[in-house]
Amino acid sequence: MADNLIQNDMNAPAWLGGDVPYKASYGKLMMWFFLITDTLTFSAFLTAYGFSRFKYQDIWPVPEDVFTHFPFLHGEHPLLFVALMTFILIMSSVTMVLAVNYGHKKEKNKVILWLSLTIIGGIMFLSSQAWEWGHFIHGDSGGIQLKNTEVVHVYNSNNRSSIYEIMNVDSHDGHHHFEVEEFIEKFSADQDLGIRLADRTFLNHSESLVLLEEKGNAILLGANLKNNEYGQSLFADYFFFITGFHGFHVFSGVVLLIILLINTIKGTYEKRGHYEMVEKIGLYWHFVDLVWVFVFTFFYLV
Amino acid sequence: MSEENSNSNWWIWKVFWILLGLTAFEVGLGMYKPEFLVNTQFLGTKLLNHVFIILTLVKAGYIVLVFMHLGFEQGSLKWTILLPAFVLVPYLLFIILSEGAHAYLMI
Repeated sequence: MADNLIQNDMNAPAWLGGDVPYKASYGKLMMWFFLITDTLTFSAFLTAYGFSRFKYQDIWPVPEDVFTHFPFLHGEHPLLFVALMTFILIMSSVTMVLAVNYGHKKEKNKVILWLSLTIIGGIMFLSSQAWEWGHFIHGDSGGIQLKNTEVVHVYNSNNRSSIYEIMNVDSHDGHHHFEVEEFIEKFSADQDLGIRLADRTFLNHSESLVLLEEKGNAILLGANLKNNEYGQSLFADYFFFITGFHGFHVFSGVVLLIILLINTIKGTYEKRGHYEMVEKIGLYWHFVDLVWVFVFTFFYLV
Repeated sequence: MSEENSNSNWWIWKVFWILLGLTAFEVGLGMYKPEFLVNTQFLGTKLLNHVFIILTLVKAGYIVLVFMHLGFEQGSLKWTILLPAFVLVPYLLFIILSEGAHAYLMI
């Protein structure tokens, strides 16, 4: 299908530009070479995440304790929201293939239809990610940082207890800040509460009180680049950096797709005689989906 | 090649259902965590994680070979793109992750 784009004379001798070893146009080749470099970049990021996870394997936050919420639903739903995001991205990948497919057949209106749906999918994914980030930054039940930077959580038997509830405030009502002393006061009043250490061992109520009084450093609510309520401070850094870098790729992809859609409507590719640009941007878009498949596995499943 | 010349798009939807099914299966495994897979350790991690990684690679294969059309390209192009990843990524994983396991023993 791309054969008509290769202007070389196939019968010319090799050193006169006759050979076309890759049988692909210049533009497609360059997109592929860019994607190889991007593959290695993302591999390096995820491998670095793996390094820290192996290094802090005893105290690394478990994803299912962190990403547990779904918009408009109460309670704990680990994996559900991110599964929806994955579905949206796979779906937008499918609409992209369909756009490329109709591009080959030079059916302009169908290219416009499927490109528009791909853009909608991309925007839906970005919105979901914004929600996910917002929730991650705002935090869930809070954590307690000890003087050695370890982050511990409050438990009532086997269930995570919210620090907001113990302090009797609504977590969504304004910005909160609690001192360790005022927390200990409330904590000591309820005999059912205990502390779970970062390595997932539980302390009973009196052991917990001793720990908090001796080592309690700060009450952490939410996440930023310096520390986070979920645990090891690097966890949030990797989360922001890797999903942020991927989200930036999605954003760039949406911008490229919008330009592509405008050009298709204007008839640029019809005049040019081929829709190869749809194919090239399509490669990029599928790559973004491909990266998400790995981010999904290593951030949320493993 | 023959697939894309036909008028129907069934091959696109076939890959879509495969990707969706594999993702649903992964999410199911992640939610229910079969005890046997969680408790068996292999190569420094749970057997469940190996299952996730294998399923992820299968999904990646479908995306790259079918959606990105690499499976239908000239062999030279295919291997120019795949070989650097096949060589460099496992190498990177090997040195960095084994270093991570060492760093764990040092803290």
